[in-house]
Amino acid sequence: MTAAQALPLLVVLPLTGAALLVAAGRWLPRYAADAFGCAVAAATAALACLLLAARSGSAPVEWVGGRRPVHGSGVGISLVGDRAGLGLAALVGVLVVAALVHSWRFFDEPPSGQNGAFPALVLIFQAGMGGFTLTGDLFNAFVFFELMGVISYALTGYRVEEARAVQGALTFGFLNSVGGYATLLGIGLLYARTGELGFAQIGARLDARPGGGDALVTGALVLVATGLLVKAAAVPFHFWLPDAHTVAPSPVCMLLSGVMVQLGLYGVARVYWTVFAGPGGVPEQAVQRALLALGVLTAVTGALLCWLQRHIKRLLAFSTIAHTGLFLVALSALTPDAVSGVALYLLAHAGVKAALFAGAGVLVSRFGSVDERELHGRGRGIWGVAAVFGLGGLALAGLPPFGTALGKALCEESAGPAASVLFVAVSAVTGGAVLRVTGGVFLGLGGRGAPADGGRAARAGREQQAEETSGAGEEPETGVRLTRVPDTMLGSAAALLAGGLAVGCVPALWRAVGETAGAFTDHAGYAASVLGTTATGPVLSAPPHWSVPGVGLGLLSVVLALAAAAGGVRAAGGRRPRWSLPLRRLHSGHVGDYVACAMVGIALFALLLW
Amino acid sequence: MSPRTRLWVLACGVAGVAALLAVTVWRLPPFGGARHPYGERAVEAALASRVANAVASVNFDQRAFDTLGEQAILFGSVLGTVVVLRQTRDERRVEPEPAGVAGPVRRYALIALPVVLLTGVYVVAHGQLSPGGGFQGGVVAATGLHLLYVAVDYRALKRVRSVHLFTLADAAGEAGYLLLGTGGLLAGTAYLTDVLPLGTFGTLASGGTVPLLNAAIGVEVAAAVVVLLARFLDQAIEIVTSGEEGDRAPGTDGAPGTGGARPAGGTGRADGADGPHRTGRGGAG
Amino acid sequence: MSVLPYLVAGWLFLAGCVGMATSRNLIHAVGSLAVCQSSTYVLLLAVGYRRGGTAPVHSDIRPGSRPLVDPVVQALTLTDVVVGATVTALLLALVVQVAKRHGTVDPDELRELRG
Repeated sequence: MTAAQALPLLVVLPLTGAALLVAAGRWLPRYAADAFGCAVAAATAALACLLLAARSGSAPVEWVGGRRPVHGSGVGISLVGDRAGLGLAALVGVLVVAALVHSWRFFDEPPSGQNGAFPALVLIFQAGMGGFTLTGDLFNAFVFFELMGVISYALTGYRVEEARAVQGALTFGFLNSVGGYATLLGIGLLYARTGELGFAQIGARLDARPGGGDALVTGALVLVATGLLVKAAAVPFHFWLPDAHTVAPSPVCMLLSGVMVQLGLYGVARVYWTVFAGPGGVPEQAVQRALLALGVLTAVTGALLCWLQRHIKRLLAFSTIAHTGLFLVALSALTPDAVSGVALYLLAHAGVKAALFAGAGVLVSRFGSVDERELHGRGRGIWGVAAVFGLGGLALAGLPPFGTALGKALCEESAGPAASVLFVAVSAVTGGAVLRVTGGVFLGLGGRGAPADGGRAARAGREQQAEETSGAGEEPETGVRLTRVPDTMLGSAAALLAGGLAVGCVPALWRAVGETAGAFTDHAGYAASVLGTTATGPVLSAPPHWSVPGVGLGLLSVVLALAAAAGGVRAAGGRRPRWSLPLRRLHSGHVGDYVACAMVGIALFALLLW
Repeated sequence: MSPRTRLWVLACGVAGVAALLAVTVWRLPPFGGARHPYGERAVEAALASRVANAVASVNFDQRAFDTLGEQAILFGSVLGTVVVLRQTRDERRVEPEPAGVAGPVRRYALIALPVVLLTGVYVVAHGQLSPGGGFQGGVVAATGLHLLYVAVDYRALKRVRSVHLFTLADAAGEAGYLLLGTGGLLAGTAYLTDVLPLGTFGTLASGGTVPLLNAAIGVEVAAAVVVLLARFLDQAIEIVTSGEEGDRAPGTDGAPGTGGARPAGGTGRADGADGPHRTGRGGAG
Repeated sequence: MSVLPYLVAGWLFLAGCVGMATSRNLIHAVGSLAVCQSSTYVLLLAVGYRRGGTAPVHSDIRPGSRPLVDPVVQALTLTDVVVGATVTALLLALVVQVAKRHGTVDPDELRELRG
């Protein structure tokens, strides 16, 4: 079998595994279902890695159904195994395995007769994400976008006994569906104009039209990007993310924050470069302006709200939003260097963030709480988890040689000095918030603040409390409270952190990412490799590497993060600043608010692009 | 946000999006135009592979990978619904009450049942020839089965509807679609390639793998809809929160001619919605 | 008017969104989402329409004898319909659980998840 022929298997394998798990769900004991799910996920991940390692020369392109185009026009769907797609598929595989290991015999109550329901859902999720990364067809991308969506709503609402869980899953479902339908409207517009559905084919038709892009092309970009930006949790499309992460089981958070959100970003970049980057697309300055504005808004909002949280999973969720903002800012340079910076940042962030959510999962299972104040000092003694939080916080802040620091440095280089200030500040604040949690929960530093439970009567400022999600009184995800930390949970977290570290230490990876970024941003090259025509190769730039200013800025943000954490620990339990109230009030858990904000977001994005 | 603020925000957003859509659609090719390059190629390709229904050819051959994702969405959301609507620890099941059904309704539904089932199978089998196919026929067949609920009562439906068997069929339909696709790999070409003999245009066996994929989808859809409805009906009729009797005390329902189980189930749900907050309410909100 | 069907699609999208944003009942909101989605059906089918065209099915017409409407958008719409139906089912299942756990289906009264 050739590499191209094997591409669809990255989708088919996990789906088949899920079908078998569902069919055998009645007879299969729990551990067997979990082990089988892990094995299938690992096999898929291994296949992705194999294809990634084995490829030489141009990217393998498969026309599913054997419908190869003749003279550049065909009727089939292509799968493109370029390094960016395969690399993300491999990342998805690794995180899925980590999440399944973390959840090893995790949930106490599968539905009757469906012992394999959780691993089966996760496998379908893996298939959806794999299909989304590989597809070379816009409508097919929408199908896999919806597949990811449907499964993630179900996984988010997995703990139906909890009132919050079902509410969070529902708002997630509404917002993502609206985004998806906007995307489909955009696809309809592009189809009407070009009569094509493949990325490369649409791009080619747009470029062939004299006079370049017009209002229809810009409008199509706005609509197509809307769904992807909802997935990527760019402000003001982000409202689903904190709610979903607050309520979803920790292994699901690992997948959502580790890779699904970033796939939204990948989608925006992929669609821009393959469809809209040519002469018939949207002017580069307009896209730069729009991405930069959204990115800054996202990064600042995410960082502020991250700092203000006491619910640890919600805090991590806002840190994901802040980092999405940073990725958008970096991406707005629209250069290969920026893409390789974002790629490295994204890879390392996936490992670190997933490890942190794994750590939060241990806290839920052990203490039945993820409330920073309630847990104050109670984490003493579980040093493994403390190490995960401490190192994770430092990595988020950008401590060399973590991959996050390398990615951040590269992004700063390509985004310019003004953006560097933002990068340092945002990574310091998000890293500092995690370090503050580490200091309070695991080291018992600082004051305890108002006790979360007993002080209910002494609640200072009712309206302050009413606008807060505390994180106390969580049902342990394991059903019963754990007395010791299972090795599977700690092991997966440690492995993920190690992965985040490795991204910053393996020069071979940097080279590969550099080449990938060159090919990824090559509008003509992509069309040529898919449609079988010839084009000049991508411009190769120097592979990414560490630089002195990059390391310096990384260390600076670590110092700032530690200072912020120290300040935060001292002020623990204090009232949150008044000015933040309107911002926090926006996050009301109300579907109507979220949809209204998303509409404003579409209008804003359109205005920025015009 | 207060309702008033929300309305203002919404008004701004809607005005902006309306302007965007208006400006954009103005540049679309005029409605009803003759230029449909992909469509024309698709019709040609359908005729070349001897599939009379060009839509079926697009769905199950030319863009069969879309359908693969689509059936995965169906499979996944049914599994998701099974998970979301499971019986939780604080809930228990009550036996559905027998119900009386008005004579004409019963007679009509019992006569219609086999006809509807047959129609479903017909629509699936003729998917490559005439409008219809696995999705449409599967839904028709699954609906037909539920006429039993209308004609008799929930207990009768439960007797013939083994959720376990239908779950198996759902999984088998999904796996069937995936495995049929590997035929292409075994023949040395691309996944989901139509490698079977194409048959005679306009007959049941035409189109190679198209009718087989159609059948796999038909099985999956029919089974999936049955499982899906079973979960919703269970919630409406059988599952109650422990310690809550609803209005199931003897004598309050099962009155002849009023269709006991269904109304009782209905009010049971409404009670659930209006009653006091259940256990499991997390957090100190 | 040659853009009227497209404007109808846009109208449906906006109407669905307004319905969701102002809804006082989650089941109504799920219905509004379905309205929102129907805009995509209208747009796709309008894009594929050809004046004087008939259904792209050769069970009773000779190939090439009549102009046909675009079969691709019809296939896409079918996919879209299935996606919509399944998403609706899953969201309604979640609404059932919201009703049970919160005791209400009014989004204004869901008081978890703030800040």
